[in-house]
Amino acid sequence: MPSQLINNYFRTNSLPHIWCPGCGNGIVTRSIVEAIDNLNLDRDKVCIVSGIGCSSRASGYLDFNTLHTTHGRALTFATGIKMAKPGLEVIVITGDGDCSAIGGNHLIHASRRNINITTIVYNNNIYGMTGGQYSPTTPKGDKGTTAPYGSIDTDFDLCNLTAGAGATYVGRATVFNPKLIVKLIENGIKNKGFSFIEAVTTCPTYYGRKNKKGSAVDMMRYLKDNSINIETAKKLEDNKLKDKIIVGELYKNIRPEYTDEYNKIVDSF
Amino acid sequence: MPEKTFKMLQINEKWCKGCGICVAFCPKDVLDIKSGKVIIKDIDACIKCGQCELRCPDYAIYLGGEDNEK
Ligand SMILES: Cc1ncc(C[n+]2csc(CCOP(=O)(O)OP(=O)(O)O)c2C)c(N)n1
Ligand code: SF4
Ligand code: SF4
Ligand code: SF4
Ligand SMILES: [Mg+2]
Repeated sequence: MPSQLINNYFRTNSLPHIWCPGCGNGIVTRSIVEAIDNLNLDRDKVCIVSGIGCSSRASGYLDFNTLHTTHGRALTFATGIKMAKPGLEVIVITGDGDCSAIGGNHLIHASRRNINITTIVYNNNIYGMTGGQYSPTTPKGDKGTTAPYGSIDTDFDLCNLTAGAGATYVGRATVFNPKLIVKLIENGIKNKGFSFIEAVTTCPTYYGRKNKKGSAVDMMRYLKDNSINIETAKKLEDNKLKDKIIVGELYKNIRPEYTDEYNKIVDSF
Repeated sequence: MPEKTFKMLQINEKWCKGCGICVAFCPKDVLDIKSGKVIIKDIDACIKCGQCELRCPDYAIYLGGEDNEK
């Protein structure tokens, strides 16, 4: 018997999940349902949409209206759903590759439109599902199967990217601190506009192994030791923040929401 | 009826993949790994903080059921 929370919101007959031992994906997925539970959302009014990747498998385990789509396109399906049924709470689950490589275009435009969707990226800094190719968030110098001598590309800061493109709620937390993930998702869902939550997670099997990061526990400890809350970070000098993971509520704004603007046009006829 | 807030540590051995995360970050050293699965080493030390439940990637350990003892 699993816990009540898991029993209530997961398709428990599909568990245990396929993720590797110590993979952080399960922690993020549990945090999503805890946020939904805390907000008392009507399950039939929630629609969870994912792309393709290890992370995107999460939708299949969750007992809501769910849509497992194609690689990179979760936000396009989610946009269609939200436009057709603005009353639904649309939540997107995506990977760093899914949302910032093949789907990068959709991410910036969903941000720009400020459409009322909450996106949670499981950022493990790698393409997990396909065997460890480097992604746009692989830190410069780190290795992947496609970067055997280290990546020479500057990595994306997905939070800066979405905030810059127009998202109105942006936050980051790591799987070492699931409580913060829950809080950010709750606030993201409450925000009427595009919300982007970066859940920094661990892929011990590919990113970890390729970069000699040790065991799943070692990778968790790294997240613990290298995260700094934004409020603390503001008081520190830049050199103290080098290579640190800045967590917390990073950006908030209020702007017109896309389906509202669209329906104003519709209502004008 | 008073609310029952004190729950017992539960393990779902079938789902445990032996990653050791709960063991490493339990503040009271309650847990251990034996033959690739989590075990409770010292239940009396458990303060029911729930950190193991929050961080178990496999939903294999949690506070549940009813217990008014502690
Ligand atoms: C159109 C298309 N191109 C490529 C692929 C192969 N593919 C599947 S998952 C993936 C990357 C997954 O990386 P990420 O989104 O970071 O998810 P993760 O597995 O790391 O959670 C790729 C390239 C695909 N399925 N479809
Ligand atoms: S390959 Fe990496 S991301 Fe995929 S399930 Fe395994 S540890 Fe998780
Ligand atoms: S509830 Fe807290 S003290 Fe008890 S086993 Fe879990 S982490 Fe350890
Ligand atoms: S965290 Fe979960 S899967 Fe990992 S050893 Fe503990 S109970 Fe098992
Ligand atoms: Mg990834």
